[in-house]
Amino acid sequence: MSLILLHPDDNVLVLSAPVRAGQALVIDGRTVTAAVDVGVGHKLARRDLTVGDKVLKYGAPIGSITAPVAVGGHVHLHNMKSDYIASHTRQATGAKGS
Amino acid sequence: MSHTLRGYLRADGRKGVRNVVAVAYLVECAHHVARAIVTKSDDTEVHLIGFPGCYPNAYALKVMQAITTHPNVGGVLLVSLGCESFNREQLRATIEASGRPVETLVIQENGGTASTIAKGLQAVARLKAVASRTPLAPMAVSELVIGTICGGSDGTSGITANPAVGRAFDRLGAEGAACVFEETGELVGCETIMASRAITPELGLELEKSVQKAEAYYTVMGYGSFAPGNAEGGLTTQEEKSMGAYSKSGSAPIVGILKPGDLPPSGGLYLLDVVPDGEARFGFPNISDNAEIVELIACGAHITLFTTGRGSVVGSAISPVIKICANPETYRKLSGDMDVDAGRIMEGRGTLDEVGTEIYDLVLAVAGGERTVSEALGHQEFILTYKAFDPIGPACLPLRRAS
Repeated sequence: MSLILLHPDDNVLVLSAPVRAGQALVIDGRTVTAAVDVGVGHKLARRDLTVGDKVLKYGAPIGSITAPVAVGGHVHLHNMKSDYIASHTRQATGAKGS
Repeated sequence: MSHTLRGYLRADGRKGVRNVVAVAYLVECAHHVARAIVTKSDDTEVHLIGFPGCYPNAYALKVMQAITTHPNVGGVLLVSLGCESFNREQLRATIEASGRPVETLVIQENGGTASTIAKGLQAVARLKAVASRTPLAPMAVSELVIGTICGGSDGTSGITANPAVGRAFDRLGAEGAACVFEETGELVGCETIMASRAITPELGLELEKSVQKAEAYYTVMGYGSFAPGNAEGGLTTQEEKSMGAYSKSGSAPIVGILKPGDLPPSGGLYLLDVVPDGEARFGFPNISDNAEIVELIACGAHITLFTTGRGSVVGSAISPVIKICANPETYRKLSGDMDVDAGRIMEGRGTLDEVGTEIYDLVLAVAGGERTVSEALGHQEFILTYKAFDPIGPACLPLRRAS
């Protein structure tokens, strides 16, 4: 199985191998279909997540959900944010963090 | 099992695992001359270090003093232009007081570039001759200082390489080695958990304060300690990266906080506080990974354990770097740059304990003279820039206070 649960309290799983769009995934006994290609080390939702939910990994909060995610969905910059300092990408030009 | 190594015994009693002659430029204007001396010396044990600025800086002087008297250093050539602010007399006096051979060449007083390079080559030959007479002495694991850093982290780092280093740190620390982890900016979000591991409540408070300082400093900078490659590798937030980075520290109690250039007064686990004190000045705390490696070496690190997910290729001047690759895909692309394949844990080809043991064994082998991959490839990166620090407070080193 290519999904790692790092802590029993976690609501995300970590991919130990890439998944392809359309691939079937079994998460806590439920079979879901991957919507997009996702790479090694990225996170998938372990359950349905709603705006404002704390994302738990290693049993610790690592940020908050900013857009709804269904179980098996890719959890990343497009639907979660830091509770501390804003993250940036290669497109950033020096905007101040929140 | 108690291992005995053989270290280079310096006149000040410290023991090194390498016998390097350092050629140090004291301003960018002397960089070319110093580099030419190193290149023409054509010796893997002659390393280039230096500071580019013309304005004085107490931090840069302290770090240069610590690096040039590091136990891996057997002799130093200082290369000065002549008119820069760097206090070359004080640096030279510190090196002399440590019993190491030191020579100074001032370009303006030695006939310029070509003449200074020629004299520098002769000086390096003399320094090497003295260094080669350094006696070897038995050295215990408890006499080692080991640093750790992560660079190019991704979603695999906190699952494979970082906790594997934590396992190695736990074992080295239990045998009395000083183990140093760092980058308080990459501990934002872990401050409360980390503080609970301090050996005194006062130290716990100082650990939390050091991370709060980092968060405030990075907020002024407008960026966390978070690069685009971190996000491409699956990390989404600073605190997620922090939780992964934090696992390099293992599970031992934290016995103290150091600042760059402070030597650990005992064995055990230390946090190196790398974020400047006071108002934000001089820019980012560390502009790239090698600036942090230099600070670990300034705290006496004989060897640095460097974990990477995206794939860093760097090494360092003065002290060997062991690179531990967290991501199995990265390892397949860059295996020629990696010492340890920790990504195999991701693919079920190994366990954290097995990789932790491999790292521990490799630390002893490298301390015994085995060359790391980056050493063999000729990596000798070094970068030192402006910073400002207040001295550490009494709560930061409870063991020293008690002794």
